[in-house]
Amino acid sequence: MASELERKEILITAIADLLDGIRHVAVGASSPIPAAGAMLLRARNEAAGKPPVRISVLGSQKHNFFTNGAVEIFDCAAQGRIDAFFLGGGQIDGAGNINLVGIGEYPRTDVRWPGSFGSAYLYHLVPRVILFREEHSSRVFVPKVDFVSAKATTPEVARRGGPHALLTNMALFDFDREAGCFRLRSVHPGFSSADIRANTGFDYEQPATVPTTPGPDAATQSLIRGRILDELAESYPAFARTMKQAA
Amino acid sequence: MTDIVSLDALVARIQPGQSLAIPVEGVAMAATAALLEAGIRDLKVVCVPISGMQADLLIGAGAVSALETSAVSLGEAGGAPRFTAGVRSGAFALHDSTCPAILAGLLAGQKGVPFMPIAGIIGSDLLRVRPDWKVIDSPVGELRKVVVVPAITPDVTLFHAPEADRAGNIRIGRRRELAEMAYAAKRALVTVERIVDRNLLETEDAAAAVLPSLYVDAVAVAPRGAWPMSLWDEYPGDDAEVARYAAMARTEEGFRAYLSGFLTRRKQVA
Repeated sequence: MASELERKEILITAIADLLDGIRHVAVGASSPIPAAGAMLLRARNEAAGKPPVRISVLGSQKHNFFTNGAVEIFDCAAQGRIDAFFLGGGQIDGAGNINLVGIGEYPRTDVRWPGSFGSAYLYHLVPRVILFREEHSSRVFVPKVDFVSAKATTPEVARRGGPHALLTNMALFDFDREAGCFRLRSVHPGFSSADIRANTGFDYEQPATVPTTPGPDAATQSLIRGRILDELAESYPAFARTMKQAA
Repeated sequence: MTDIVSLDALVARIQPGQSLAIPVEGVAMAATAALLEAGIRDLKVVCVPISGMQADLLIGAGAVSALETSAVSLGEAGGAPRFTAGVRSGAFALHDSTCPAILAGLLAGQKGVPFMPIAGIIGSDLLRVRPDWKVIDSPVGELRKVVVVPAITPDVTLFHAPEADRAGNIRIGRRRELAEMAYAAKRALVTVERIVDRNLLETEDAAAAVLPSLYVDAVAVAPRGAWPMSLWDEYPGDDAEVARYAAMARTEEGFRAYLSGFLTRRKQVA
């Protein structure tokens, strides 16, 4: 079983790999692991002489270059200037639909979450949406969401945006937009493909042998524990401190 | 002309039954306390495009009869307890939205047109629970389906900003959504940290960060008027206070106790 620090490092490394090739990624204000993954990609590209990566941290004064108010990030996505974004969900179903509203009969749902935020819009417009939900349980990963905040695929309308992958504490899935379903790509160290099946409420495809999600190599690990945690501390001080202490 | 008034006189301009637009940054918390002290009821609140403790306080105090929002959350402190309880009990009419749809509705309002087209959304259950949103075939240009949302024209926009000048021009920095809220609303009421003697429109650079007094009905001074929310370039959010609220507001009794302290504190500060 991986330690808490190693668990986070695996997720950060997986996110950097999933973002490979993008020019601009937007990250939510309370998403330290996705932000760390984006920062890792930026540092790697810099070292390899690859094109620079722009990271917009929403709600951050320092790491936010927008000047046209709240609408600008949404306009920017509509113009095709945001390549990747992260979404979560109180529920996520096997078709990639996400629910940020609640469980039960709408509107007086038994469980109510904050709301859909920009998901209904950004899911259509951002080419590489990474679904990131640490809790991997059949409570979260359900056959069908109770409320579709944002739909993953809409054959009736053309779109460039949608789910690219699903990353959890236990596994990494790819999303097949043609088939409209997930395919297990790898299982994190300490878990088996049977664990994933037992904790996932929806059906998904699975290769004959499921590889283990690679952790960071030595160079990547020292990059994370050094530069990335320093950069992260500006926007997510508590998270960076905890990781630094564990390292 | 923009009136410069006391905080109590400012909030007295907000009437029961009116729609009230509130932002997520530049939150007029001191004015919210004054509004609750005055016993406001039956507000139709529009969150631009989400809200946190402000909406939760208004809901908990029973001041909200309708709520349009893309989310209500206390951020790091977790879910918004009075919002969550109010949804479950059906305490107000709920109009769930998505951030850019609220901004598009305001844009229609500021342009004086009945609706605004907006990308995405198709396939979302929001379309099912928002019968006032429609999917149309684009009547011009590229042939495709597009969602249209109705104009949002709030009776009142209420926000907090760092500075106003004597003429009622407001320095809003790059928070352009505060200007859009004022353009679309019938009236805008603004609280500020301070009133400055210089003309905020004096130079081209300064004027670019200003909402002109043309759109502003009244201004009141409220030092630390966003507390415990943050105000850019002025002070950070008081996370410990929001966490204290989150813990207390989990129960109706706890909320009442918090509210009572919140209102008392305002009177001491004022």
